[in-house]
Amino acid sequence: MDSNTVPLLDVRDLTVEFATRRGTVRAVKRVNLSIARGETLGVVGESGSGKSVTSYAVMRILERTGRIAEGSIAFSGVPLRELPEREMRDLRGREISMIFQNPRAALNPIRPVGQQIADVLRRHGQATRANARAKAIAALEQVRIARAAERHDAYPFELSGGMCQRVVIALALACRPRLLIADEPTTGLDVTTQKAVMDLVTELTRERGMSTLLITHDLGLASAYCDRVAVMQQGEVVENADAIAIFRAPTHAYTRRLMRATPRPGAGLRDLLPEGAAPAPLPAPDPRAGEPLLEVEGLVKEYPRTGLGGWLARLAGRAPEAPFRAVDGISFRVNRGESVGLVGESGCGKSTTSMMLMRLLDPTAGRIRFAGQEIGAMPTRGFAASPLRPRIQMVFQDPTDSLNPRLTASRAIADPILRMGRERGAALQARVEELADLVGLPRILLHRFPHQLSGGQKARIGIARAIALNPDLVILDEPTAALDVSVQAVVLNLLQDLKLRLGMSYLFVSHDLHVVRLLCDRVIVMRQGKVVEEGSSQQVLENPRADYTRELIAAIPHPPV
Amino acid sequence: MAENPALPAARAPSPLAALLRHARHVVGENPVTAMAFGLFFLLLLCALLGPWIAPHDPLASDTARALAPPSLSNPFGTDHLGRDILSRVIVATRLDLGIAICSVALVFVLGGLAGVAAGFFGGWTDRIVGRIADTIMAFPLFVLAMGIVAALGNTVTNIVIATAIVNFPLYARIARAEAAVRREAGYVQAARLTGNGEWRVLLGTILPNILPIMAVQMSLTMGYAILNAAGLSFIGLGIRPPMPEWGIMVAEGAAYIVSGEWWVALFPGLALMLAVFTFNLLGDGLRDIVDPQRRS
Repeated sequence: MDSNTVPLLDVRDLTVEFATRRGTVRAVKRVNLSIARGETLGVVGESGSGKSVTSYAVMRILERTGRIAEGSIAFSGVPLRELPEREMRDLRGREISMIFQNPRAALNPIRPVGQQIADVLRRHGQATRANARAKAIAALEQVRIARAAERHDAYPFELSGGMCQRVVIALALACRPRLLIADEPTTGLDVTTQKAVMDLVTELTRERGMSTLLITHDLGLASAYCDRVAVMQQGEVVENADAIAIFRAPTHAYTRRLMRATPRPGAGLRDLLPEGAAPAPLPAPDPRAGEPLLEVEGLVKEYPRTGLGGWLARLAGRAPEAPFRAVDGISFRVNRGESVGLVGESGCGKSTTSMMLMRLLDPTAGRIRFAGQEIGAMPTRGFAASPLRPRIQMVFQDPTDSLNPRLTASRAIADPILRMGRERGAALQARVEELADLVGLPRILLHRFPHQLSGGQKARIGIARAIALNPDLVILDEPTAALDVSVQAVVLNLLQDLKLRLGMSYLFVSHDLHVVRLLCDRVIVMRQGKVVEEGSSQQVLENPRADYTRELIAAIPHPPV
Repeated sequence: MAENPALPAARAPSPLAALLRHARHVVGENPVTAMAFGLFFLLLLCALLGPWIAPHDPLASDTARALAPPSLSNPFGTDHLGRDILSRVIVATRLDLGIAICSVALVFVLGGLAGVAAGFFGGWTDRIVGRIADTIMAFPLFVLAMGIVAALGNTVTNIVIATAIVNFPLYARIARAEAAVRREAGYVQAARLTGNGEWRVLLGTILPNILPIMAVQMSLTMGYAILNAAGLSFIGLGIRPPMPEWGIMVAEGAAYIVSGEWWVALFPGLALMLAVFTFNLLGDGLRDIVDPQRRS
């Protein structure tokens, strides 16, 4: 009766402030949220929207500079804001628990995972020394970890990312809490693993009648797993409605913009941009288009197996185990002016392949022909001096990691020109400004250091640096994986315009088939070092032949359109 | 977060101005760091202007006034030859600081380069540098320094070399670890793609990114270098009397402590302690200043 009307968690007018050097910053402004018993609420927003801070405030684990300035938080009627820290500690883990983004970082690396679960159980009086082990194994079994008794004694580094996240879920659910807060629980996991983990969370919480607060930047994920969705922008909830309603008919302009920017079946590259953004006219295709630019034949990369097993085998005089084949004899080609997508989950060998093509890694066997020249046999050490070096460039996955923190934006863009180009002095400056204009980086930002720039701006610098010498082939290694969807939409469009204008070819390495489809003419799907499927983007997405491709496509959540 | 509205659109300030502003903030936030900087400038002043600010000639002996206790004319008292201890303490700053700075600079270049190369190239370079460092660490460091000075001869240059050698493993190991972490970083790969050869990547990309960490290390080992130089002089190696040097002065004064003339050893010892203390605090402050995590 009462329990049906009083929400489990009721957040009213929550305002969170952070004291910084430039004064007080309001990260969360008068946010109202409520979660009913058994309900799953999705909080969706881009980075910096305050969605994580809201959840930290609920758990009262804000960092030292942050404080709840206003508002109230009631958990089944108990005001959490005023609760003494001692009682709060009891509540955390027993009543409310949390799953964090990086499962490996959330686990203690030097303690077996089963014991970590037992620790939580014993801390909250759910188990005794005698039965802790059995209970921990039972908890592992509940999250579908096969051979749970054996895995009980495994260390986090011995488990895969998906497996670690299951352990974290087991930890979070061990004390049967009433509210689960999941903060980007599947970011960094492969799509098929993401689906398995999310299905598991949904099933377990439903079984126990738990409520879930799912924080995510992925609209597709929110639509697939939430009952209700709250959209946050710059610390405010701009829309809060039923999940189906919000995706069918978003009322707020920001929600509409987010929806548009999310790659989905049936939407073209231009459809991702906000309404009214004029698409640039497409220039005439390159007359040389269609000639083969890059031909890869039977490319293999082997890594010798190291460790005790190999040693013992050698001691015993047995043949050592066959070396690990990260890339197992793949062949494909990229024509001039063409975009080819290389898709696969982590560990499938796609990054190893791109490093070999980039001549940063020597292949074990196979041939790489670039513009008619065999480059696979050229050693990587000397390739920096090769005349072919400026013609193959790369845009890296993490825009922050790929910029030298000690170089300004203009110096970073000028770097390839200084090494391999001819322009100097004023001509160099003019070329850098031209490149900045080309990638849409305001010239005023050219004097800034990477830490003074946003993710999207850093991505633009990475692209400007890659195209500075007019390369023939650019390898894009998940260039938008670290970006928000709206920035991703802009960057993908930028890449497409640049390709047409400069007549480049792209090899787009990604795990997301929907993103690859937008930019690429052809798609190659890799698994365990082998090519499982190859064909035109449309054919692979709409009519996949391989089971694995079908599985990949089915695992990607997307909002109903 | 396409365009961050929090960042002012005005012309970006020069990096030096930004660093100075940041340094001012760190110093303002932490009075201990401010004190360390103050003491550091005092030491620097004594080192640069010592002979001019010392009230008496540090070498002029006056046996009539031997072992006089602290007084107005000799605030730190006089030693067994009647020399003014305050003047000797001030003038000695230049020598002690000079030895420390030279040896730290030497080990910074040698240890830093060897360590960076070991971390970056790995393989044989790493093994050779690692074994050299292990060999040095296998000896008690002060005894090793004593042996080097005794073998090479009793000069200031040899004290500098000995101090540098005993500090080598510390620098090489830090530089090696930092370079090894950065070897596979995205921006290092990007530098390779933009046509930088291996050596250019090492010197132009990796080394500048390690310098701040090494600079902190320099300040921290500076204190140890001063102690090492003074220690060598204390046991009679290195600097010879009558040259004013803190270590010798403590050694000379030690004999008089039992007979009640405490000031002969105490004041040079205090100066030594203060210098070591200053550089250690300075290292902590520098660490805060160069830490990019604290720059917001």
